[in-house]
Order: sequence, then structure tokens, then C-alpha cells
Amino acid sequence: MSATTADAASRPAQEKPLWRRLIGFNLLTAVILGVGGYYLGWWIGHLVTEGKSFEYTAATDENDVALLLAYFFGVIGFLIGLGFANYPISRLLGKPASLREKEEHGIGRYFGLCTDHKVVGIQYLCGIGLFFFIGGLNAMLIRTELLHSQPTFTGPNQYLSLVGMHGTMMMGMMTSGILGPFANYFVPIMIGARRMAFPRIEALTFWLLMAAGFILTSTIFFGGFPTGWTGYEPLNDQAVMGMDSYICFFALVGISMCLLGLNMMATIITMRAPGLTWSRLPIFVWSVFATSVLMVLAAPMLVATLLMAAFDRTIDTSFFLPAGGGSSYLFENLFWFFGHPEVYILALPGFGIVLELLPVFTRKPLWGYRLAISGMLGVSLLSFFVWQHHLFVSGINADLRPFYMLSTEIISLPTGFIFLCVMGTLWKARTSFTVPMLFCIGWVFNFLIGGLSGVFLSDTPSDTTTHGSFFVMAHFHYTIMGGLIFAFFAAIYYWVPKMLGVNFNEKLAKAHFWLMFVAFNSTFMPLFVLGMEGQARRVNFYEPKFHTLNVWVSISAFVLGFSMLIFLYNTVYSLIFKREVALQNPWRSKSMEWQVATPVPVNNFEQIPVFDSDPYDYGTPLVIGDTRVGGAQVQGG
Amino acid sequence: MSSSGTPAGGDAVPGPSGEPNHLRRFLAIWIGCSVIATPLVAILLGPLLPPGNGSDAASGQVTDNTVLLSMATPVLLLVVVYLVYALLAFRQPRGAALEGPAVRGHQSLQTLWIVVSGVLVLTLAAYGTVRLETGYGAGSGNGPKPLTAPKGEKLPVQVIAQQWAFTYRYPTYGGVETTHLELPVGKTVELHVTSLDVIHSFWAYQLGVKADANPGVDNVAFVKPTKIETFEVHCAELCGIWHGGMFDHGHVVSDTDFESWIAEQQARFAATTKALPKYSTTYTPEPLERGE
Repeated sequence: MSATTADAASRPAQEKPLWRRLIGFNLLTAVILGVGGYYLGWWIGHLVTEGKSFEYTAATDENDVALLLAYFFGVIGFLIGLGFANYPISRLLGKPASLREKEEHGIGRYFGLCTDHKVVGIQYLCGIGLFFFIGGLNAMLIRTELLHSQPTFTGPNQYLSLVGMHGTMMMGMMTSGILGPFANYFVPIMIGARRMAFPRIEALTFWLLMAAGFILTSTIFFGGFPTGWTGYEPLNDQAVMGMDSYICFFALVGISMCLLGLNMMATIITMRAPGLTWSRLPIFVWSVFATSVLMVLAAPMLVATLLMAAFDRTIDTSFFLPAGGGSSYLFENLFWFFGHPEVYILALPGFGIVLELLPVFTRKPLWGYRLAISGMLGVSLLSFFVWQHHLFVSGINADLRPFYMLSTEIISLPTGFIFLCVMGTLWKARTSFTVPMLFCIGWVFNFLIGGLSGVFLSDTPSDTTTHGSFFVMAHFHYTIMGGLIFAFFAAIYYWVPKMLGVNFNEKLAKAHFWLMFVAFNSTFMPLFVLGMEGQARRVNFYEPKFHTLNVWVSISAFVLGFSMLIFLYNTVYSLIFKREVALQNPWRSKSMEWQVATPVPVNNFEQIPVFDSDPYDYGTPLVIGDTRVGGAQVQGG
Repeated sequence: MSSSGTPAGGDAVPGPSGEPNHLRRFLAIWIGCSVIATPLVAILLGPLLPPGNGSDAASGQVTDNTVLLSMATPVLLLVVVYLVYALLAFRQPRGAALEGPAVRGHQSLQTLWIVVSGVLVLTLAAYGTVRLETGYGAGSGNGPKPLTAPKGEKLPVQVIAQQWAFTYRYPTYGGVETTHLELPVGKTVELHVTSLDVIHSFWAYQLGVKADANPGVDNVAFVKPTKIETFEVHCAELCGIWHGGMFDHGHVVSDTDFESWIAEQQARFAATTKALPKYSTTYTPEPLERGE
């Protein structure tokens, strides 16, 4: 079947010839309109600036106005081509709204606008996966360069572009790394709903993110950007046109994030099935809720900041430029006011996954359910009060440093709650070492190291040396790669059998885990030492005394990259060729998503379930009765 | 359903007869490991910690790092020993499908955890604050108006960052600007860090000094070098394509060596000094040019 099945609502697609199926609102149209919009914007940009940007110092071939307009119109064209304008236009004209997006069948619906939350979840998984691998490839190239203490393999601009793309890709795309695929797919099922609160917005968040990903990748055609993912001013203003790709990318990610969070909050608040009180909500749903709060409150700050940066670059405003009366501190402040909640947007879903999976594989109820919730909400609230710890040595508000030191150290309290809940659940458990469980255990160790190294960074005197060094780099890779990505893979191995109805090869999966865990620690543990010994971040020169350790790190990083190839091979082998059919509930979980059939029916439930307990009533003799199979039955034991 | 309200501990569930007291065993292992490891870390590893004893700020940071590492060791061991113990001791037998005890929390243990971690965290914050304020910023940039400053005579040195080099100005020596940093040993230095273009960060590793150089901002850091040595100077904030190459070496020298060196610099740069703008804590940055 064609990848671009369009308007096959009432008639089966096979009845129509291929050329007819390609006409309509689909991915092909979207790409054509996107490219058209891009050139329209480019043309308008050159027209209004008479071939030059407003920026009086711009080189002749630099036209930020044209590029930003091109991206803007390109995205609009792309979304119209996908069919996002159809619903609002038909409602504006007073016509009945079409609901056909949901009724499509076959593989084609994965390549277009689809409002089925399960389709969006799988779209997210593939889309995020693609950009995760691009970001990872950049990391491999960075480590290749760092095999030498002098630039050899890449030029300095190429090197910084790789650093910037790696960081921005990971920090941008992976914000939705768990919420995109897994929350979209499973939150409605877990709360006993048939759909998300705003299905069209749900689809929009995905396609915005895809457009953003391609825009960031396109930076290589415009000279890349030298600022890393933080995009500090005034370097931002000084950079060539590739910087506009960064601005546009992150703004789109911000919009997508905000909408995603809004949608999740609305769904969780309003669409819970009868009996599913707040104190019975699965802990994963709680973590999604806490993350959504952060997304909704933090992301608009990012979009506003980048809009100001874009104005500085194009129409000669001077928000962030000291030469024109602005302040580079303003950008740092605004950026980190978003940026610190952002790192918890990355970390919190990981907490949720681990706490959700542990009871299943330890056959015990979640230990300290309320403590875990207060931990997550506490992290979420406190994360808005710590952002200036990124600026301890910057000289900004130096007298307030004790406050930020205090707030940063207090945030380890709610994080400690999560550890206590993990430890409590493991006590006297019946632990089985399945692949998702192994990744959860890996998470516990990695996040512990990440958290404890964070204490050194939160202490201003100690931070003086470690700030901006490889120590920071190691710290956040432990929390984000060791935390989020390990939880991400736990979720993949746990839930993909339900999503796609096929099992992974367990031997390959275990090989993936062990290689990834060992290589990850072997890559990032030495970076703590390198940072403490004085190697700065984002450098392509370093002193010869650091050479041996850097070679060690690079080789470990290549092994880490290789472990991802095992995963990729396993995915292709198990999910495409072997296709071993998954059981309905292979993990004997009591959570709602495992009680529905595999594959999950379009409407999830024949009738809305009624909940009478949380999904953690393990520890009593397990009943796998037929009454619970089929998904339309009462939840609980 | 109340999850954590019932004070039913893991130990309340009776195990099969003959099962060891896991809690006691675990506590013994953890306390044993901590008692051995913590002094080792504090006494043996502590003095080796960076950034060394090149200045008062650097030595202070070594002390801080030692304290933090000594406090982190038992916490690290708590979780790691627990994890290893629990995973080895409590396993699902092969092929079995046994259920664990239905324990949903332990009120007093949770309270204890919150109180202990709270005390630990507040202690750390208080300790850090005291170290920061009594150490006059502990070598970090204190902004234009430091809250506390060392008493007595200070040598002001201005660090001017630009893409991609640092230059240094000595206002008390006629405002001479040098391309190389030398400091006298045993004298408190007042560094004024500023930038002419983008954000840089002045990082004198062995001196334990790091202060961001922001355009239009005077960022003050205090340091008293205590050892005659060569130190590394890096830029620690991404500042454009040659950021990685923005490093240099500075020297801490004796008082007499410093005086003769600065006199030589004054003579050598006499013509340049006249052409320089008047010494100022900040310099208005030029409008930025693209593609430089």
C-alpha cells in the first residue's frame, strides 16, 4: 500500500489508482508545499530587504530575514499540506468537521495527519529515533576529533557545528523522547480514555517536531552555528545564517512542547475513567503530569527569548547586545529560566518509567506511592528556582548565590524520595532480571552518580573549578543519557511488544544492555577526572597530558555507539523479519494497558473501564483470569 | 487506597524460618564499608583533589571538594550496597512466579529519610555559603560590586577578553597592557574581568579562579597566589570557532621578579600605553561584525 494514502475514508484505497491516491492532503503534498513555502519566504525576504538583511553589518550573502521567513512559510506550507488547516477552515465556513483522520487503516496513516493517539505514539517513536541516531552520529564525530589534541579531522567551525547539533538535537528532540511515544500511546489507555483531549493538537506536536528536526539538520547548508545548544548572546548575533536554523528549530520545539504538555494536562485532568482518583493514577501518568506542568510553564519562555534573538539578528533590535545598550546577562537569565526546567523535563519521565516498571518485575506494590508523587511534583516546582546556578561564575547577582546554592541543594530532597521509593520497592522483592528491569537498574546507578556529581556543581566554591569543564558534561550525560535514555530503552523493551505486537530478541537485547551500560560508564566516568584536571568543554584543542584519557573515552564512546547498532539490528531483525508474536501480557502486569488486546483496538475499550484500585496490587496471588483479558473489564484484583 | 499511610515495614512480613535478618546484614555491610571508605577518601584522596594549592582560593576548593566527597561517599555506598544486596538476596527463582510482600510503605522510615536528607542538604548549603563568603567568592567572579573583599593592600589586574585572546592591564603601573600574565606571590590580587565582544570566561586553573568575561561588565574575583609556579589560563565559555585555542600560560613569581618584569613591560609598551584608551572598568564594545 502506498505510503501516502490520503482520502480513503469511505472507499477502500485499493479501488483508486496510485496517481489519484497521491493527490490530497498527505506527506507528499506537505513536502511540496513546504518547499514552495520555503522559496516564497526566501523571495519575500530578499524583496523586503532589497537583497540585504536589515542588519547593517551583514555580509552580502547573509540574509537572516529571508532565511527565517523561508523557514516560517515552509513550516506553514508543510502543515497545510498535511491537512492541519482543513478542520479550522471547514468550521469557519460553517461546514461539518471531517473526522476522517481517525478512520484510515493500513500503513499509510503513519505517514500523514492521524489523530489516533496510538498512531501518533508510533510516529513519535520512529521520528524521535531517527533524530536520536543523527544526534548520536554527531557525538561519534566529536569523539573522533577528540582522538587528537589538535584539530585534525574537522575544521574549527565544523567541530563547533557538530557540538551544537549534537547538543541541540538531543536537548530539543529528546524533550519529547518519552512523552511523545509512550505518554501519547499509553496515558489514554492507562486512564481509561479512548483518545487524548485534543487529538489534532497531538498530531500537530509530532509534525512540528519533525519539521523542526529537518530545519536543524539544514543548518549544515548555512554554515552551522558556533554557540552549542545554549546559544549565548552576543555570539549568537555574530554567527552566520546557520544560527537561524537553531533559532527556528528551538522555537518550534518550544511550541510543540507547550502544546504537548497542555494536551497531556487536559487529558489527565478531565478524561480519567470512573474510579480512577488521583491517588490511583499510575505513577507514570503522574510523572507525565509533572513534566507537562514544566513544559507548559517553561517552553513559552524559550520561544519568547528566541524571538527576541531573531529580532536582534534581523531588524536590529538590541535586547542582548551590549553595544546597543542591551545585556548578554538577559539572554543567560531567560535561557536558563527555561533551560533548567528543561533538564527536568528530560529527567522526570525517566523517574516515572522506572517506578512504573519496578513493581511489575519485583512483584511488589510500588513502595511509597505518595512519596514518589511528592518527589516528582517537588522537583517540578523547585526546578523554577534554581536556574542561576548555571551562572555562578558569571558575576550576575553574585550576592544571590547562597540562595541558588540552597535551592539547588534542596532539589536533591525530592530526588532522594524517588531513590527511597526505588529502594523500598526492591526490598524483599521477587526480582526477575528481564531486559526492561536491567535498564531500570542501570538507571538507578547512573542517576545516582549524576545526582551526587551535581552536589559538587551546586556548591559555588567547588563549582568554580568544575564549571564549564568536562565535569559538567559528564554530570549531565549521567543524568540525561544515563537517566532518560536508559529509561527510554527500558520503555522500548517493555512497551513496544504491546505497541507493535512483536517481541524483541532477548539475547540481543541483553547484549545491548550490558554493552551500553559498561561503555556508557567507561565513556563518562573518566570525563569527571578530565574536567577536574582542567579540560574545558567544547574545545578541539587540549593539552597533551589529557591525550591518553581522551583516547580511552573516544574508544568507549565508539563501543557505546556500537551498542546502539545492536539495538538497531535487533529492531530490524525482530520487528521486521522474525515477527515473533507478543503475548497480550508477557510481563504479567496489572496495569490497564496490558489488559487490552494486542494490537490495541482503534477505540481502546469496548466500554470505559471502572477502576477500583491503583495498578500496583501485587504481592497477592496473581489472578490471570479471562475476565481481565479483553480490556473492557473492571480493573483491579 | 492509601499507599503509604500504614506503618507496615518490610520486616513486619515474616520470612520463611531460617532466613537471615537482611536489614541487619545490609546495615552491617554498609556501615562497615562507609567506616573504611570515608576516612580513606578524606585523608588519602582529599589532598590529591584538584585544583591544588596554588592559591588561597585553590586550597579552599580542595578543602570543599574533600568535604563534599567525604559526605557523598556514605550516600553513594548506601545506594550501591543496597542495590547489590537487594538484587542478590531477593530474586525470583528460575521458572517461578512468586509474589513479593504487599508492603506499600513505611511511615517512620520515610520520615527518617526526609529528616536525614534535609539535615544533610541544609548543612551543605550552610557550609557552602560560609565558605563562599569567607573565601571572598572562593575564586569565582563576584560581579561588579563584591559583597565581601579581603582587607589590606590589593594589586588590581584587569583581564580583557576578546576573540580569541586575553590581555592584561595593570592600572597601578600606569595602565600598561600586556599579552602575558605575571602575578607576585603572596599578594592579594583583585582581578577585573571584562570582555570586548562576546562572553568568555577567564579560568586560571592552578589558581582556582574562574570568572566570566561579559561585554560591558566588570566581574571582580579575588585570589592570593601562594606558590611560585606556572599556571594554565583557559577560556571556559564557548566564544566562537577558536575557543579551543584560547589558552595560555601565566606565571606566579617572586615580588622582586614581578617588579623587574612589570618595569620591563612598561618600558617596552610605553608607546602603546599612550595610544590606549584611558583605564576603565569596562570598555564599550564595538558593534559586532559578521564573519570575523
